[in-house]
Amino acid sequence: MKALVQLYLQQFKTTFASMFQYRFALLIWMIGQVGEPLIFLVVWSTVSNGMGGSVGDYTTGAFVSYFLVLMLVNQFTYTWLMWDYEWRIRDGTLSFALLKPVHPIHSFIADNLMTKAIQVPVLTVIAVALAFAFHAVLSVSLWVVVAFIPVLILAFFVRFLLEWTLAQAAFWTTRVGSLNQLYFLLLLLLSGQIAPLSLLPHPVQIAAKILPLYWTVGFPTELLLGKVTPSAALFGIGVQAIWLVVTFSLSRVVFKLGVKAYSAVGQ
Amino acid sequence: MNFLRLVRVFFRVNIAGELAYRMNFLFSFFESVMGLAFTLVGLAVIFSYTDSLNGWRPNEILALVGVYSLLGGVIRVAILPGMQQLTESVRDGTFDFTLTKPEDAQLIVSISRIGVWKIIDVFLGLAILIIALVRLGGSIGGLQAVEFLAMLLTGSVIVYSFFLILATLAFWLVRVENILTIFLSVYHAGRWPLSLYPDWLRYGLIFIIPVAFATTIPVEALTSRLNWVTLLAAFAAAVVLFVASRAFWKFGLRHYSGASA
Repeated sequence: MKALVQLYLQQFKTTFASMFQYRFALLIWMIGQVGEPLIFLVVWSTVSNGMGGSVGDYTTGAFVSYFLVLMLVNQFTYTWLMWDYEWRIRDGTLSFALLKPVHPIHSFIADNLMTKAIQVPVLTVIAVALAFAFHAVLSVSLWVVVAFIPVLILAFFVRFLLEWTLAQAAFWTTRVGSLNQLYFLLLLLLSGQIAPLSLLPHPVQIAAKILPLYWTVGFPTELLLGKVTPSAALFGIGVQAIWLVVTFSLSRVVFKLGVKAYSAVGQ
Repeated sequence: MNFLRLVRVFFRVNIAGELAYRMNFLFSFFESVMGLAFTLVGLAVIFSYTDSLNGWRPNEILALVGVYSLLGGVIRVAILPGMQQLTESVRDGTFDFTLTKPEDAQLIVSISRIGVWKIIDVFLGLAILIIALVRLGGSIGGLQAVEFLAMLLTGSVIVYSFFLILATLAFWLVRVENILTIFLSVYHAGRWPLSLYPDWLRYGLIFIIPVAFATTIPVEALTSRLNWVTLLAAFAAAVVLFVASRAFWKFGLRHYSGASA
């Protein structure tokens, strides 16, 4: 246990240092994270204004807060595992990680947490500034805040374990770019990043609720916006818990199989 | 002509190099088609609620998507690979060899690398554009067509010059691998009409990172939204930027002292 704490602390330090080494990369990343939701915010605001101030159950102000909250939730839960993992297999550093007595997932988790600790506050400031610039409308009741915290944490772990599982594909093929893109595009649509789920065609909505993607981004966002009733929130937490168990088990099985199938590349 | 001969030679070399990785074509094709399909799904959702986006009809937005993919392809085929090669070679010192060649170094840098498979984006973009044009039908006259082509060319020159300026910074900063991604990271914004964005964002997309010239302005010309003043201004901007980037490149070359020796 003590060794694990030490490992996390050391990874925190390494990540922190490397983030300040690559400051420009941080700026590029920020433009990308803000850009996409900002574009859809502008597009849907335009649609909403053109239709007299609302589309479906979203007013113009609600669209603004939807995409800004979405930006933060997405930021909080996203991972770059699928790219990072492939990279570490290609350049051979994963082989070293596999030799260590601790599971390699820990250093990935620590790396992710430290990165977020720097990125989330920066992005929150940007989101608040944009909320004023675009006149966001948001009123949050107390139970929503209380429910939002566990929902967000569950969302983080479900997404992390899901993407960790998918990242294992790199054990079998060193060319996972296409798989990554397919996943990324599905995520864009099904997690509500193109439009709120209730505005998407009915079959898409059903697919989104069956698959885990909506529960990691769209659901926490809608919850904070007050679009979810208390009973639906409980139901959602239940679904998240089920996905947590499923992705956790899957990640273990697939990792074991992957390590067996793995033949190292690189030096 | 010497220039065309060089382009042909480099093109052949690049093709020959890429043919060793034929599966990459399939993967590239799959990724491009998927990307476009999801873009169209997004448009379909939006236009299921409204039939015009700030005055833009669905087929006009479709033309914009076509140009977005077309110009994105041009950037990834003809502009970005050469500039990436340049920044890498400045860092590891192989740029010295480029300088010893008898041809102009900027020319060699610009045409020596080609992103062969990304040519798919050019063709997909063209296909979407043609579909949009057929559906727009008679509303486009000869004048608009000429203006559109002129603005496409203008936009390409502006984007090329912008990339050259960024890549030239490598002579001072050496480690700039990320700097080139700045254009593509905001290129998404060019998939939508410029008039949607608030002023600060619009001016940013015109004057700071010139995405607007690549996609929106050509399509504005096509759909007769462009006045002569903007047209001439874009043309002037292309000329000025091309000359300025060339001067900046030469200035950078004088500063370059070699990293390997």
